[in-house]
Amino acid sequence: MSPERRQFLAWGAAAAAGSALAPGLRLVELAQARSPEEAASKLQRWGLLIDITKCGGCDDCVTACHAENGVSGHGRPETDAQWIRKLSVRDKRTGYAQALPLMCQHCEHPPCVDVCPTGASFKRDDGIVLVDKHTCIGCRYCVLACPYGARSFIHEAVSGQKADVPRGKGTVESCTLCVHRVDRGETPACVEACNRDGGKAMAFGDLNDAASAIHRRLKSEASGQIRADLALNTGVRYQGL
Amino acid sequence: MTRIAAAAILAASLVLAVAADAQQAPPARVAAPVIKIEKGEACVAPADEMRRNHMKMLLHQRDRTMRQGLREPQHSLKGCVECHASRDTGSVLGKEGFCSSCHEYTAVKIDCFQCHTPLRQAPAAARRP
Repeated sequence: MSPERRQFLAWGAAAAAGSALAPGLRLVELAQARSPEEAASKLQRWGLLIDITKCGGCDDCVTACHAENGVSGHGRPETDAQWIRKLSVRDKRTGYAQALPLMCQHCEHPPCVDVCPTGASFKRDDGIVLVDKHTCIGCRYCVLACPYGARSFIHEAVSGQKADVPRGKGTVESCTLCVHRVDRGETPACVEACNRDGGKAMAFGDLNDAASAIHRRLKSEASGQIRADLALNTGVRYQGL
Repeated sequence: MTRIAAAAILAASLVLAVAADAQQAPPARVAAPVIKIEKGEACVAPADEMRRNHMKMLLHQRDRTMRQGLREPQHSLKGCVECHASRDTGSVLGKEGFCSSCHEYTAVKIDCFQCHTPLRQAPAAARRP
């Protein structure tokens, strides 16, 4: 099915769902926490908005992410898992330097999903791109396909995992947008840490919900995607890049 | 007459054989599993059904949670571990672990715990210093 036709059907479904409910009673609730019995919905699309001008020198987002998800390395940076990293970019001509956090961009058309031979790499209905480690065979096609270098392969046996974040040898993993927290109605750990201890550069929300702060900011302020030329329609947007 | 005598001898020898069996039963080659129910309340289904079908429940729940984001607590692996982890070791694995003792006995390898933690999560109150 082409993306246009898919979008058209999604609008149709959204219109049908909207018309079935009483006026003034819809979509706002969908931004709240779902009950455990309610499946992730296509009406939502979770995303991040990161204002790089506010992103300072700290790496609180990285620390918080790795603490929340139990991502620990073996002191070997070349092969250790990395769900989020701080990137330094510098304009070669002017010398203007910036720093930004980079993680899985949760694309609408994710290349990692296209190349996965087992269907382990998939996009959930609410736009979160995940790896189903039950079916991941560790071929690492997705690691190569991802233009953002967001995926890591786990080379060594893992112990001390968090109950909500299973991790194991021989599978690929990446930022899950803290899906276990999102399902509880919380924000991802990086966003929470950034707004608590960091530069308040990160915002999380439903890109589809017209009432959400992130939707309003994207509508009224300039923002961009990394490698927008690839037309992947990322869920993570940047300001000041 | 001889037939009756033969029958009597056969019956006697059978009785003797049974008695001998009862006296010196050969030791089991594999130790019986230790099934230690940590939490006395009922499980999500009767024990018979759990023994036969727990893997099916986990398989279905796994796909529902992973793919659809349905986190019903009833058939979650996390829920199994919370109830069934040993109160001594905090784990469902180990020598007398709830999962491992039966799985070792039946020689069925489980790979759940290559990724999932076999440890019970500390209750919220205990986590705070």
